[in-house]
Amino acid sequence: MYNPDLPLEVRVVDKIRETPSIFTLHLEFTDPDIDLEYRCQPGQYNMLYLYGVGEVPISIVSDPEHRGPLEHTIRSVGRVTRGLDRLRVGERIGLRGPYGRGWPIREAEGRDVVIVTGGLGCAPVVSMIRYVLRRRERFGRLVIMQGVKHTDELIWRKQYEQWQRLPNTQVLLSSDISGPNWPFSVGKVTVLFNQARLNTRKSIVMLCGPEMMMKASIERLLALDMPPEAIWLSIERNMQCGINHCGHCQVGPHFVCQDGPVFHYPELAPWLGVTGF
Amino acid sequence: MDTQYAFLPRNALDQLLDALRKAGFDRLVGPIARDGAIVYDTLTSAAQLPHGYRDEQAPGRYRLHQADSGRCFSWANGTQTLKPLTFAPQEVLWHCERDAEGCLRFKNPTVNHSPTAVIGVRACDLVALRLQERHFLGGRFHDPHYGARRESLFLLAVHCTHPAKTCFCASTGDGPKAAIGFDIALSELDEGFILEAGSLRGGELIRTLALDDATERQRELAKTEIETAALQQSRSLPSQNLREALYARLEDRHWDKIGMRCLSCGNCTAVCPTCFCHAEHSVPTLDGTQTTHQRQWDSCFTAVHSYMGHFLVREETRLRYRQWLSHKLASWHDQYGRSGCVGCGRCITWCPSGIDLTAEVAALTRQETSHV
Repeated sequence: MYNPDLPLEVRVVDKIRETPSIFTLHLEFTDPDIDLEYRCQPGQYNMLYLYGVGEVPISIVSDPEHRGPLEHTIRSVGRVTRGLDRLRVGERIGLRGPYGRGWPIREAEGRDVVIVTGGLGCAPVVSMIRYVLRRRERFGRLVIMQGVKHTDELIWRKQYEQWQRLPNTQVLLSSDISGPNWPFSVGKVTVLFNQARLNTRKSIVMLCGPEMMMKASIERLLALDMPPEAIWLSIERNMQCGINHCGHCQVGPHFVCQDGPVFHYPELAPWLGVTGF
Repeated sequence: MDTQYAFLPRNALDQLLDALRKAGFDRLVGPIARDGAIVYDTLTSAAQLPHGYRDEQAPGRYRLHQADSGRCFSWANGTQTLKPLTFAPQEVLWHCERDAEGCLRFKNPTVNHSPTAVIGVRACDLVALRLQERHFLGGRFHDPHYGARRESLFLLAVHCTHPAKTCFCASTGDGPKAAIGFDIALSELDEGFILEAGSLRGGELIRTLALDDATERQRELAKTEIETAALQQSRSLPSQNLREALYARLEDRHWDKIGMRCLSCGNCTAVCPTCFCHAEHSVPTLDGTQTTHQRQWDSCFTAVHSYMGHFLVREETRLRYRQWLSHKLASWHDQYGRSGCVGCGRCITWCPSGIDLTAEVAALTRQETSHV
């Protein structure tokens, strides 16, 4: 019986503590053949299974073409993620995937890539950023705008500072509430739009984060004459199967687990920010 | 191939059951009157069928009455659909074993569904089966659990001649005549049954019975009874495609009114033959060495259905009802090319508040309800 639902065993080969509640797992298939076969796209996710507890959908942070452990950055909020937070290096969990539609790599080629994220929303686009940086010549400017609520919520600060020093790359950070040692902007992520040097004619925008933040950002982008067709976004819903069957992730006509999590903005526009969908 | 219509005398019904057993269907399932309702259960003889029973259905009401009739299918439906036989209320998806070193071994469940013949399937439930097949088997991911159960079934439909007051399959275009998905369809007459094949194996089974052809008069009578059953239906939906109408009314105040009456109990989704939502759970053994990953029917009326770790997408009942109805009658068109409602009326009967989907649609689309 071919069962699309059957997980594969992976081993935790490293675990990075990002903040008290956010951690990154580095995972490797225990069967080396699977390790060679596994392919994913930036923006896709895996279902991670904690033995005896359950599964959660977690986006893939690592560059899909980089041969090495799969990286998943996780916020410890629920039953399964709190359990995953207690894992130690060497322990084993289940993994099935990759699932869903990732970022539009082909459409992005030759264009400026504008990334707008909020909070841990940056995780699903980090693999895209890494993808662009490894194939720099295929893309135009890279503009990264990241907003957080509190300055201490910013993870990967060093990485942002590294990216900031790269040519043809602009990194803008903002925090709703400022704190000590915060040389960046204060306010919502939308305050960064005035500083970003955006060429709306040759850009592709990728958003990820709280839906209200994405909605506000899109309104601002449209006001700046960004065409709706140039905008893509990744959203989250309750997902239990990942294969279009369980019904929880529906947003209007869309099954987020397979039609998304990355959507073309015109597809999702009627549903974005509508309470209850 | 010309459809053959064979006549099975009423007293020969057990011969049909015997022929099914001989054809390898170890398990026969059919309608039985039990606990005040028509339920589908294991059938050993035709005598167990609900002879003379009529069902009285209304919003929030279901009663069985014994009538002076020798017929066994003069009722519309009970709570159960075909759904539990294909999309099981609980299904083991996989097992996992953990050894002393913490290594995990994932295993598929052992599947062995005995070939089952189901007698008395209604037109609405056959269309619903087709819709669920589309969901579980027709997409990118083929569901092997659903597939194995579906393959084990041989379906004997019975065309409806006694619709309940809650039925509206004529308006959805899905009944009362069984048109698709059956192996054999039966028309019940006072003196017996007309058998018609819907599949090659159905035709073979009918031939083993060596029956006479049904007469022209019998076929006319059966046809008239089905047509009358369609005309008797007093409820209806205003259109077979309400997508635009409902999408345009997602912020209508009528949702608040329904939300005040809806108990969010999930009865409608449990009895609906097309609802497919399910939750997945891990169930470990007490010694912790094994765990079973299973799915269980879920409902968009529960709070956890839209649980997101730090918030619920649908906290209020009105939003859950809107999700259910707008999915069933509107976004189903986007997903599967038609409405997800087959007009069986079970959600009306089994709603403890008596919420009537046809009346709510009429109110939302500002038309008079066609119910009299």
